[in-house]
Amino acid sequence: MKTRNILLAGAIALFSLSAAAQVGAPYIHDPSTIMECDGKYYTFGTGGGGLISADGWVWESGAVRPGGGAAPDAIKIGDRYLVGYSSTGGGLGGGHAGRILTMWNKTLDPNSPDFAYTDPIEVAHSEMDEDCDAIDIGFLMDPNGRLFCTFGTYFGNIRMVELDPATGARKEGAKDMDVAIDCEASSMMYQDGWYYLLGTHGTCCDGANSTYNIIVGRSRSPFGPFLDNVGRDMLQGGGKMVVAATERQFGAGHFGRFIVEPGVEKMSFHWEGDLDRSGRSVLAIRPIIWKNGWPEAGEILTDGNYKILSRRRGYALELTVDFVRAQGGMRGFGRGQDQPNVVVENQKLEDVIGGWPAGNIPVRANDYMARPHQQWTIEAVPEAGGYLGGPWYKIVIQGTNRALAAVEGHELTTVPEFTGADEQLWRIEQLTDGTWRIVPKSVPGCHHPEKWCLYSVADSTPTLGKFDFNNDNAKWDIVKR
Amino acid sequence: MKTALKTFSVVIGLMLLMPGFSGRAQVYADSSTQLDKYMVPVTTPTAAPDAQGFLGRWLLLEPISKPNRSNTVFTDSYIREAFAVQYFPGQLSNTLPKDGSKVKVTVEYQPPVNLQGGRPMGFGMAEPTYEKKTVSLQWHAMDSKMPNVKLFRFATNLTEDRYGIICWAVTVVNCEEDIPNVRLAVGSNSASMWWVNGEEAVILSGDRRRVMDDCASQRLTLKKGRNIIWGAVINGPGMSDFCCRFIDEAGKPVTNITLSTK
Repeated sequence: MKTRNILLAGAIALFSLSAAAQVGAPYIHDPSTIMECDGKYYTFGTGGGGLISADGWVWESGAVRPGGGAAPDAIKIGDRYLVGYSSTGGGLGGGHAGRILTMWNKTLDPNSPDFAYTDPIEVAHSEMDEDCDAIDIGFLMDPNGRLFCTFGTYFGNIRMVELDPATGARKEGAKDMDVAIDCEASSMMYQDGWYYLLGTHGTCCDGANSTYNIIVGRSRSPFGPFLDNVGRDMLQGGGKMVVAATERQFGAGHFGRFIVEPGVEKMSFHWEGDLDRSGRSVLAIRPIIWKNGWPEAGEILTDGNYKILSRRRGYALELTVDFVRAQGGMRGFGRGQDQPNVVVENQKLEDVIGGWPAGNIPVRANDYMARPHQQWTIEAVPEAGGYLGGPWYKIVIQGTNRALAAVEGHELTTVPEFTGADEQLWRIEQLTDGTWRIVPKSVPGCHHPEKWCLYSVADSTPTLGKFDFNNDNAKWDIVKR
Repeated sequence: MKTALKTFSVVIGLMLLMPGFSGRAQVYADSSTQLDKYMVPVTTPTAAPDAQGFLGRWLLLEPISKPNRSNTVFTDSYIREAFAVQYFPGQLSNTLPKDGSKVKVTVEYQPPVNLQGGRPMGFGMAEPTYEKKTVSLQWHAMDSKMPNVKLFRFATNLTEDRYGIICWAVTVVNCEEDIPNVRLAVGSNSASMWWVNGEEAVILSGDRRRVMDDCASQRLTLKKGRNIIWGAVINGPGMSDFCCRFIDEAGKPVTNITLSTK
């Protein structure tokens, strides 16, 4: 009985894994910003090496970074990759002398004949006992083509220095600037005229007991001051929360930003301890949501029952079947007011499913009325793999296997049984404004399905259309029921 | 005078910059209900769609009485069945009825509505039994003066019917070349069905309000030459109305077409 319970708990944990975290062997500490190279994704970690993924969801070890040390970062400049790291380990032994190094590579694919790192060069350092520990590099190339890096740990100040994007070396004459205190794993990003400085507060390197959390401040200047949402300078400890622990994962640290396309952004970081994976440190990828000019971690859709509402009108995606009147009809104005209230049940699937056609049924959008033909179950399909930061999902009518599918001509239907075919699999991602886009894995007769998404061509008519973040027709609210 | 002109220009400029100011003329309330406020008889061989692509030229048949006290009955099945009835010869054919021609239709006759009798109420009341009657209904070629085609005022001005009706409409869309990948986008009060060149294109079921681009067909091709568009609108106690246009892949109106009713 006990064994059975353990197996059951394991199965539940694995099930929840399927939609909550990267799969494969995503074990890493201090992941560098994710890079895409020749169709594969790469991230490097502390101690050397790193992870590779063919799809951005299933990760395995295999990335190669020489030099050991701690907390690397990477950035693509032109057709080369600049990789930075610290040759030291963060002063846990007492000393805080550190060296930040950078090196180039034409490719991140260790099997490529072009794979060769240049000799590392020092761009910053810290002395044994000064108010800085030069590790944890983070790069930013701003829209003006200026390259900056931040570095530092809990021991003193986070510093920033400008680099030469042509050489990866320190820019001639550049001086270190103090921009924050007592952070680790700092990083910068630029958005809408603001420079954002991200850091990690809390305790590192203690698995499920790590209190690591990622915070942010912003400035109009790359040199600061970086203030948080209530005006505190990060040099005074300020910072607004970006991502903290979940119920099963703890110790969010080492932020990196990946822009898929306008409106679709991801953040990479590690969980210091993932209880579903023995408390190990694992790679995490979550959407970035921008709220009032501040970044927050979005959600990876979890398995469950949902209504899917168009942003265009707010109508609910539904099967094109006859509307069946439910209990609770009009009782007449002002009549029967003295009668006791009774609970009227919602219409149930068994009340209506007998009237539905057996074959394919088209979809449309309509007023949400909590009817069975509007209620969807969305579940990850673990065996199908995924994409950057998410698994492929199936979208079925709740209580059935009737699945939403793309059809030739960039249109939609539902098929009576989910078979796992690519046109029945969906990429469901939260956008930077918190809404969702829903993209088919395959559209029969189409060579670039990734450009198409569930799209409201009219208030009541969903179809497949080209994704455009600035168009509400391409966006949906997915609301748990 | 020069200063006044300058001030006027600045005010207009600021108005144009104001959020929500579309540049459209303001619409003042007007209690009149005569037909020529809404539509006028066709006097030219062809007409263009309006700037937003709305199709304004239609042959409209005077309403067919079809009593319904509530619009909640308009499921897909119900309206398909209602529109599958052969009401008149040439229904859905490629040969258009002649302007002014008449057809005989047997209907469930509803006596004229007593406008002093209050609002139409359908909740919870049993549908009365209606006498069957054969009536003569006329086709009218009309140009709408609005983006929409106000069938309710067409009915109240030309007939004794207003609620519980089916209205049939047909127009010809003329194209100088094939226009692929367009959709017929429709809004109607209440439910309706639309056909393009004999094929069902779009259906609007339920208790509908007239909303531009409420429902759209799948992608279709408007072929070079004549394209016949049929529509049927059904309503219970509501103000029958519709608006129709073709939109392209980007949702932009198709305007390089002309409309005729012959």
